[in-house]
Amino acid sequence: MARYEIFVTYKAGIFDPPGATAERALTNLGYTGIDEVKIGKYIRMSGDLDMATVTEMCEKLLANPVIEDFRIETVEE
Amino acid sequence: MRFGVVIFPGSNCDQDVIHAANYLGFDAEYVWHGDTDLSGFDAIVLPGGFSYGDYIRTGAVARFSPVMNEVVRFADAGGPVLGICNGFQILTEAHLLPGALLRNQGLKFICKTSNLRVDGSCDWLDLPLGSVLEVPINHNEGNFTCDAATLERMKDNGQIIVRYCEADGSTGPDGSAPNGALDDIAGICNERGNVFGLMPHPERVVDPAGGGTDGQPFFTTIVRTLAEVAG
Repeated sequence: MARYEIFVTYKAGIFDPPGATAERALTNLGYTGIDEVKIGKYIRMSGDLDMATVTEMCEKLLANPVIEDFRIETVEE
Repeated sequence: MRFGVVIFPGSNCDQDVIHAANYLGFDAEYVWHGDTDLSGFDAIVLPGGFSYGDYIRTGAVARFSPVMNEVVRFADAGGPVLGICNGFQILTEAHLLPGALLRNQGLKFICKTSNLRVDGSCDWLDLPLGSVLEVPINHNEGNFTCDAATLERMKDNGQIIVRYCEADGSTGPDGSAPNGALDDIAGICNERGNVFGLMPHPERVVDPAGGGTDGQPFFTTIVRTLAEVAG
């Protein structure tokens, strides 16, 4: 059985409304020095799956290639 | 003239579309998301709502519904397809329309009347350019985006049909999109002009009981277009 962690984030240049809002809220709380805040999705998956299949799942459904990038990491047992 | 209105699990504006079509004297029937036969329909409408709970992304799951294969086939054959709100999001996920819809800038769900300026024409809308329509919006993910090359291509092809504007048809100094949409885009069509998607809800301003009639042209235009094609 394989375990994967998938990170889905907006592509560079795509405006990230939750990230921008979090950045503004943190600044309002008095935190300084923030360059950028980006908010994405974290997906955990396990099963009898190879990397190629998980990649296909990301391309097809879990991420929208028009606006999002994804990164898949294999979790060692 | 017969409209087919697709119901996905979580659609909630399907009845409004049926009512709008009937009010104007056109037949309209529900199409279930599991259906695979669109024969007998002259135009297909994907209504607003929250298909599949908006999980993963808005429209991401709905686009794999069995009926969507038929909708793609119908559109590829030149059949008119209209996506309203969630329907627009589904059309972008299905790649029948370019771009994508992000969360609104400011993260607020927006429910209000919006002013729309007609900046182009397609099978579904053919009004004098610059006309201003009052049509309600009701969404959380209406922030249209696409890459720069796609935006230029859409401009060159005249695919941007309606933009958010001020009441007098002008664009505000910081743009007029209430949701942060790129270039104030409210609705676009495909290159062929038969597939049209928009975030505002024209079906709600067809019957004057809904507070206006500016949505009527969206339905009457496609009927006229089809009549002209049929000769």
